[in-house]
Amino acid sequence: MTSTPHQTTPGVRANRVRRGLAPVPFLAPGMLFLIVFMAIPVGLLAFYTFFKRGRFGGLVFEFTFDNWIKLLEPLYLGVIVQSIGMALVVTLLALAIGYPMAYAIAGLSPKWRTIALIAVVLPFWTNFLVRTYAWILLLNNAGWLNQALQGLGLTDEPISMLYTPQAIVVGLLYMYLPLMVLPLYASLQQLDPSLREAATNLGANPWRAFRTVTLPLSLPGALTGCVFVFVPAMSNFVIPELIGGGKTVMVGNLVRDQFFEARDWPFGATLALLLTIILVLVIVLQSAVSRRVTEGPRRG
Amino acid sequence: MPTTRRIVAVAAGTIAVALAATSCSTGGGEVDPSADITEQTLTVSIWADYYPEDLAEQFEEATGVKTTIVNHTTNEDIVAKLTASADSGIDVAFVSGQYAQALGEQGLLAELDKSLIPNESNLYPEALELDYDEGNVYSEPYAWGTTGLCYRPDLTGYDPTSWNDLLNPKPELEGKTTMLSTDRWLAMPALKAAGHSLNTTDDGELAEAKDQLLKTKPTLLAYDDTTFYSKLVSGEAAMVEAWDGWCNYGIAEDPTIKFVVPDEGADLWVDTMTVLESSKNKEAAMAFINYILDPKVQSWVAENILYKVPNQAAMEALDPALIESYPTLGITVDELFDQEVIVDLGEDSLKYVDLNSEVLATN
Repeated sequence: MTSTPHQTTPGVRANRVRRGLAPVPFLAPGMLFLIVFMAIPVGLLAFYTFFKRGRFGGLVFEFTFDNWIKLLEPLYLGVIVQSIGMALVVTLLALAIGYPMAYAIAGLSPKWRTIALIAVVLPFWTNFLVRTYAWILLLNNAGWLNQALQGLGLTDEPISMLYTPQAIVVGLLYMYLPLMVLPLYASLQQLDPSLREAATNLGANPWRAFRTVTLPLSLPGALTGCVFVFVPAMSNFVIPELIGGGKTVMVGNLVRDQFFEARDWPFGATLALLLTIILVLVIVLQSAVSRRVTEGPRRG
Repeated sequence: MPTTRRIVAVAAGTIAVALAATSCSTGGGEVDPSADITEQTLTVSIWADYYPEDLAEQFEEATGVKTTIVNHTTNEDIVAKLTASADSGIDVAFVSGQYAQALGEQGLLAELDKSLIPNESNLYPEALELDYDEGNVYSEPYAWGTTGLCYRPDLTGYDPTSWNDLLNPKPELEGKTTMLSTDRWLAMPALKAAGHSLNTTDDGELAEAKDQLLKTKPTLLAYDDTTFYSKLVSGEAAMVEAWDGWCNYGIAEDPTIKFVVPDEGADLWVDTMTVLESSKNKEAAMAFINYILDPKVQSWVAENILYKVPNQAAMEALDPALIESYPTLGITVDELFDQEVIVDLGEDSLKYVDLNSEVLATN
């Protein structure tokens, strides 16, 4: 996922010097794309945060810090904290469910492995909104789950499952679980089985072999999976609206509402920039931890 | 009154012609009733699923004007498009009355040349006296209606009569009601229940409404602006705040569903057609509006979208069986005018925007 152990060999170093400006033509298209579609828009976003809103959207060019001060109101701070909490819960649940899944898939025969992987990505072949509506059919009071529970006599009254924060967690978890499984599978599948064998030969029981060999080596994959799940889970606004019934607001909804309902572009930009900053910090944290895990023991 | 206005309008139109004759009529210029509209092209922005699918072809066949129809989802959406640049490329925009007022005040709309819109005479006289645009200077009404409670008597066990039935529901109805969350319709029930105007700009009255809405929020099944009627049909909800026309979509699937305008009153909303000042095809745009006001065309809205139209000729020709099935179509113009017209509040409209943001963001 991140650095490979070969980077310190002398040959590579010589290579790097020889390469010089050679990567430029290869990097240029990507860099240009990032500048035009990432750096400039984010810059604009930052610029917007310091001005007043126009009545019909847009900006009034009067410098102000109001948008950043407004962010500190308990109302909005609460939504941000709650979104982080919700995304964290979704990420941990995805890890708890995704790890054993990825581990099991990595241990399958090649034929079954392919089938299992197709099954994991299969939901992506259906439109995101359609899958979300499917959950509404499953969870609502007259839905299949409630009908089944009542049919089995487990409950007399339908249980309210839809339009709750828990339903949002389930919806987000379902949506992003494959993003946890795939990087985990990739790192588990690349594990050299001889390392585990060596641990066992040296007397480690299976649990210890897992704990000291497999787990640390799969950690970068797990961290990548966590970021892949956390980032979209925190910024999703469709699921809170459809499955949460618009009653539980996440930061993604706040951003959307500022632009489309409130026409308050500067505050929407402030929220969006804050969201971007939080997510970049998460990614920086992930790569830092990941680097420590992979390189740390070797140095020590 | 309307006749006088029309004479004035015709006179104004004539002056406009005279002016147009002397000035070169380039883009965004004056209206020239003698312009050859078949050389113009038209871009119309309208809410999705709110017009006959073949409307562009129909109009093209009738007038020879090449027409493109684009969709917007909300008033905010189209207003953002119209205000983002000097020329949005849109000639005719469908917006609610209060937005037509705001856009008109900003100078973004062209004054309608009534000599190009003779079908205006098909409208109810009242449809020319709406507060947001007296005399239909900038806008012609497309559809109108009110907002009330759409409910299933078998699930509520009684017939609600007040906004308080929704705002402070009986314990057995908690978790079985939905409210609209968009624009002015979120605050409206709370304002009306307290006896305030739905156009109030009084901070105290708005704070009172906000408190009520925050108290109501935990009792709701959901906020829902688009699928509330299907929640009634499925039995998830027993009572929902609904636009009269949309309640009909529920009635279409379950004829026991009923609609009531609460005793405290509600709004009179109007969806209108406007011509942009930036349009280079104003004559074709006004011909389009005139085409819609033809009773045969406008009746389509009542028959298919199940919204009332302000077109007297179209409404009087409506099949009585349709009104029997969908009683909201039978709401009379007098009854409609007992409700309060939503008007734009200028800078104060931001108070409503903030109220919505705060109510919706409170978890």
